[in-house]
Order: sequence, then C-alpha cells, then structure tokens
Amino acid sequence: MAENTYSILDPFSAVDLGLAESADGVKQWAIANRALIQPVKKFFNEMIVGIDTALNAVPPLVMLVMLVLIAWQAAGRRVAILVGVSMLALGFLSPNAWGLAMTTLAIVVSAVILCFIIGLPLGVLAGKNDRFEAAMRPVLDTMQTIPAFVYLVPVVMLIGIGNVSGVIVTIIFALPPLIRLTSLGIRGVNASVVEAARAFGASPRQILFKVELPLATPTILAGVNQTIMLSLSMVVIASMISVKGLGNEVLRAMGRLDAGKALVGGLGIVILAIVLDRITQGMGQSGRDRGHRHWWQGGPVGAVLRLAGKT
Amino acid sequence: MTTQADEAVIDCRNLWKIFGRRADEAMKAVQEQGLGKLEVRDRFDCVVGVQDATFSVGRGEIFCIMGLSGSGKSTLIRHVNRLIEPTSGQLFIEGQDVNQLSARELREVRAEKIGMVFQNMALMPHRTVLENVSFSQEVRGHDARERRENAMRAIDAVDLNGWDQKYPDELSGGMQQRVGLARAIAADPSILLMDEPFSALDPLIRRQLQDKFMSLSAEMKKTTLFITHDLDEAIRIGDRIAIMKDGALVQVGTPEDIVTSPADDYVADFVAGISKLELISAGKIMEPVASFEQRQGPIDLGSWPEAHPDHSLDDLVNLSIATQHPVVVKADGRAIGIVTKNALLRGIQGHADDAGSLKH
Repeated sequence: MAENTYSILDPFSAVDLGLAESADGVKQWAIANRALIQPVKKFFNEMIVGIDTALNAVPPLVMLVMLVLIAWQAAGRRVAILVGVSMLALGFLSPNAWGLAMTTLAIVVSAVILCFIIGLPLGVLAGKNDRFEAAMRPVLDTMQTIPAFVYLVPVVMLIGIGNVSGVIVTIIFALPPLIRLTSLGIRGVNASVVEAARAFGASPRQILFKVELPLATPTILAGVNQTIMLSLSMVVIASMISVKGLGNEVLRAMGRLDAGKALVGGLGIVILAIVLDRITQGMGQSGRDRGHRHWWQGGPVGAVLRLAGKT
Repeated sequence: MTTQADEAVIDCRNLWKIFGRRADEAMKAVQEQGLGKLEVRDRFDCVVGVQDATFSVGRGEIFCIMGLSGSGKSTLIRHVNRLIEPTSGQLFIEGQDVNQLSARELREVRAEKIGMVFQNMALMPHRTVLENVSFSQEVRGHDARERRENAMRAIDAVDLNGWDQKYPDELSGGMQQRVGLARAIAADPSILLMDEPFSALDPLIRRQLQDKFMSLSAEMKKTTLFITHDLDEAIRIGDRIAIMKDGALVQVGTPEDIVTSPADDYVADFVAGISKLELISAGKIMEPVASFEQRQGPIDLGSWPEAHPDHSLDDLVNLSIATQHPVVVKADGRAIGIVTKNALLRGIQGHADDAGSLKH
C-alpha cells in the first residue's frame, strides 16, 4: 500500500502537524538560554548542598535520637519506637546506607519545602476561586500523569544535570496533591464559621489566617504527607540525572544486575518513607485527639516541662 | 419623618433582595411592572428573598421578626450588617447608610457596633471559649489585657466562669450558645442581631436561655433584632413583632396588637393557638361604664372588685372568681369600664363580648 494514500477512515496517518519538531525547538531555546538560569540554579544548589552537609555532619546516633524525639513529640510514643527501630534497621542495612539515606533525605526535604512554598498559595487560591481551580485541574492532572522521562530531558537541557534538576523533577511530580488537598481543606471549612468571622469584622486576610488555614490544617498536612511520599518515589528517576543517594544505589545496581545492592537501596527508601509518613501523619492529628490540650503538654517537651515544674 | 429616622437605631427602608444571576433585571421588572414572586421565578429564574421590607427599631427596643423557614427572615437580618447586599432599598444604622460604607468602615461597624448570634452557634472549634469571645476585639487589634477583661466580663455575664479555657466541643449545646451570646456582647456593641439563637436547643434549655437573655437585655438595654420561628418566643421576648411571609412583612405591631387584631388569615392562624391570658389587658375588653349602665340600669360599684386597665386577663380571672359581680376597671380612681364574666371568657378566646371594644 502506498504511503500517501488518503483514507477517510484513517485521516490521522496522512496529516503531520509537526508538533514533535516544534516542541524540540523548546529544547534548542533552553540550550541557548542556559546562562540566564545559572544564578538561580546556584542558589538552589547551595541550599540543597547545605541541607545535605548539615544532615551528614550530625553523627548518625545523634540524628537517630533526634528523629525519635521529633516522632515522639509529633506522633506519640508508639510512633517514636517504630521510628527508632526503623532507623536502626536502616543503619545496619549496609555500612554506607546511613549517609546515602541522609543525602536522599536532603533532596526530599528541599523538594518538600519548595513544594510547600509554591503549593500552599496556589492551593489557597484554588480553594477560593472556582475559575482558578478549574484552570488548575488539567495542569495538575498533567503534572501527575505525564511520564517523568518526558520532562527529564528539557529540564536537563535547561538546567543541566545535578541536584537542582533532580529537585525540580521531583517537584513537578509531588506538588499536585498538596495543591489539591489545600484547596479541599479551604473549601471544607464550615461556611457558617467564616460568616461569623465576617460578622465580627474580620478582614479577608484575618479570615484566612485566623479561621480558614487553622481549620484546614489537618487536610493540608495530609497533602504534605502525600507530597513527601511522592518525592520519595521519584528518587530513583532523579538519580538518572546524577542525583546522589539511595536512588543512585538502586540505579547502579540495576545496571549491574546486582539484586542484593538494589534491595539495600530499595529497602532504605521504604524505611525512610515509613518514618516520614508516620511523623507527618502524627502532625495531622491534633494534640487533643491524643488526650492533651496543647502540643507542648505531650511528648518529650511535655515531660521536660513537667520535670521542670516539679523541681 | 427625618427626625423619626434619626431616632431609630436600625432603619430599614423599602429593602428588596432578589437572588439569581438576573437579579437586577428582575428588580427593574418588579418596580416597573409590579411582578409577583412567582412571575419573577418563572421569567427571570430568580428567587425573591425579601420584598419591600420597611421597619425601624428604636434604641433599646427588642424587635422580633417571626416567620416560618424560607420566609426570608435570616436573609433580612443579614442586611443589617451587610453580610448580604440588598438589590434595592436602604438600611441605616444610627443614621449611617450601611451600604455606603467602605470595606474598612464596614468592618469597624461590624466589630464595634453590632454583635451577632447564630442559630448553629458558629463557634470556632480551634479556639478556646475565651479566644472565641474576644474574637471581635482581636481583629480590631485591641490590647490583649483589655480584650481579656472584656471577654471575661461577658463570660461571667452568661454564667460560664471557669469554662474560658475549654474548647467549644467540650461544652453542651446550651453552653455553646451562651458562648455565642457572650461573643456578641463582649465588645459592648449597641446592636444585637439574634438569628434564631435558641431554635436548635431543647425546650427546657431554650426557656432558660430566653430568661437569661431577657434579664441580660433588661440590664444592657441593647437594640435587638431577634429572629424566630416560634411565636411564643416572639411574644415572650419582643417589644414589637413583625410577622414575615414569603419575604414580606405582613404585620408589624406589639404582641397584643398581633394577637388581638391579626392583619390577615395567615397571622390569625398563627395566633390561634396562643394563650391570651398574659397578653390581653383589661383595657382592651372592658365595656365603657356609660354603655353598661344603659344596658343594665344604674349600678352600685362599691362591692365590685377593682382592676387597672393594664391588668392581664389572668389577673381579672383571679379577681372575678372571688365574687358574683363583674369587675370594674378604674384609672386614676375613676371607674372607666366594666368587664363582665362573659366578656372575660370571650377575651380568653381572643374575642370581645358583643358589648366590648375588641372587634374580630
């Protein structure tokens, strides 16, 4: 059959709009404009390296105790024990597992901080404005479903390989749930409470900070939790553009068909995920659900305060 | 008219509220062609919330708006602090047109001049009782100690001392609504808006809160707009009552006016089940002495029980039971009217005896 035969039943094969080529033009533009982006890249790279260095500078045992204390404060004693055991297991996985995990944690923490800075205002806006929400929805759908490899190449072309690109790729994938859940949380605030705040003379700003955000906090924290989980699931893909850490171990093990090493890296990621998930989920519950009135009345802070009060 | 308007604390003039996308068109059609509620609904797909409401509330007066659900009373009350913008008409608070205020001025008026209590309490669940009560002062940026003092005074006034550090979900429904009341009076506003404040409570608690509110109200003398669907409550609490139906005020008057001379069948249906014993006064049902003497011949009033024109039917029953004679009504020591047993019985039914002054 001749190639250029036009069939009414298959009109698509004969038409070529040249979309792929023009999209490739974006890549050329990105390469041509790399210099512009360098100062911004430098700033974020230093931030990531700073967090990485700080996390790795803390002796592992001290870090472990700190994580356990944070977990105790945020989520109670049972989660603290789980976190302690999990982190011990992580440390014993292999001699260098702890350091790799801290590097991965640094990437995840950077990505989550940036997601929060970008996602919270967008989520609030989407929660307040139906039109913005409607415009945002397809964008978020795209971010969540488009295969990471599609945007991996342009991002690398524009910014180059390394931590910053890794974080950007992670943000693209991990940001949507935070925006969606922030919007959901704001929409879920009881309208009569907002009306009461208006009736007593609160300005829109005061309503947002004194009523809506506090009441939406559990939902927003569920969004943060999802963002952390998705960030962790991106570490292997991010390691393809030269991001260090546990993901890189898995990638290298895959190249050498080294199942043992892949398992070590993989288990490390899973343990990190469990630890971060339990801690952030604990933050989402209010202290009053766990039987004390204020956050400082429970956990290690509460224990210290009680001791100080007795003496 | 203008002087009267200056005296009124809340003055609502020809207020209309039409909900819907084409509200302005519908409003124009109503004004020019006099469309009814149903025509507006069919032609413009709009809902008339309030139609042509005019009333004024004097300083210190408790003005009840009574109507069934959907009659537009909650919509009407929200125009006073402009939670809802009117489609047409004006509303003045202490001579100030609420709808001409800037956003900043409006917030100031809401926080300092008006306190509001809601049917569903609408307390902030993440704030303690104290933080809830001091909210309006907090948003005005008042000094922390001052607002704490004011809030504690309000909490004290509603008998909730000791509960200030609790959260709303730790309180019973009646206590929550007392917090709502405390929040409304904490900033010492001159106007109280009560949107069915006691409707969600069970009867006993409702009665207690009504008593609490009335004693507070007698003390504070705040101008109050009180919404209710319960005529008994309106009669108990209100100095004047407006009956609202389908967005329009069908009758405005004192409880006695409403009960003794309902404006139409709708109001008459409402008042049918109301006990008149406390509402109707001797002055309303008495027969003038002259016409009584014309019927019965000269009489000797000496041995007859005496009452004042303001005495209620309940008092008259007590006087009447002790004797065979009719009751003589005296003002300034002079006999002005006679209440016979028949007139009294008719009065209890809400009618007047054929000789009495009360027409039905």
